Amino acid sequence: MAEFEFETEGVVKKFMFLNRKAPYGTIYALEVLETVLISAAFDQEVCLAFVDDGVYQIMKGCDTAETSGMKNFSKTYRALEGYDIEQLFVEKESMEARGLSEDNFIVDVQVIPASEMATLIAGQDVVISG
Amino acid sequence: MLHIVAKSPFERNALESCLRLSEPGSPILFIEDGVYGALDNTAMSESVKTAMADRSFYVLSADIKARGVTEQVIDGIELVDYEGFVDLVVDKGPSNTWL
Repeated sequence: MAEFEFETEGVVKKFMFLNRKAPYGTIYALEVLETVLISAAFDQEVCLAFVDDGVYQIMKGCDTAETSGMKNFSKTYRALEGYDIEQLFVEKESMEARGLSEDNFIVDVQVIPASEMATLIAGQDVVISG
Repeated sequence: MLHIVAKSPFERNALESCLRLSEPGSPILFIEDGVYGALDNTAMSESVKTAMADRSFYVLSADIKARGVTEQVIDGIELVDYEGFVDLVVDKGPSNTWL
């Protein structure tokens, strides 16, 4: 069988995973997180953004033990560092609208206002939203 | 960056968040139930009209026609067909979809 070499080798694009959904009510958050982990294999410039109910994805203390068959993936966010994914951004307005502060989050994040988040989004090559 | 809004503003905050998190100058396209955000005389119309000062708005004609609300589209929002949709993605992309 022939071995293929991708011509895209060396091409690094800016990827943003834009999280806007709460974690355990729908499958969006888990699906995006799994895609993030896959993307780590491709040596791209990856960042994660948490806006709207997406900020609830990184809450400390999530415990799904008493839900039926819902896998607790909250701690996976802490593993992202091990995949060299260290750019995590939270929109300040979304955080404050939910009565939260950085202390509520399971990972270290950079809290930025909406205007900065807009600039960050505009500067991406690829945005994957969920 | 082309912003695509695909959900009704009366069910979700997709449009509201898009307006907050898109840069001035951004093109915004309404598709699917997002087309209800393109309508005049609604609770969202003023927000959209304000944003029209520095953003260009488009609505997918097939989706607006399917819902029987073509007459209610805000003046100045451009109707595009599927070819126009493709042109927007090619010319103004990459894109992000607000769900």
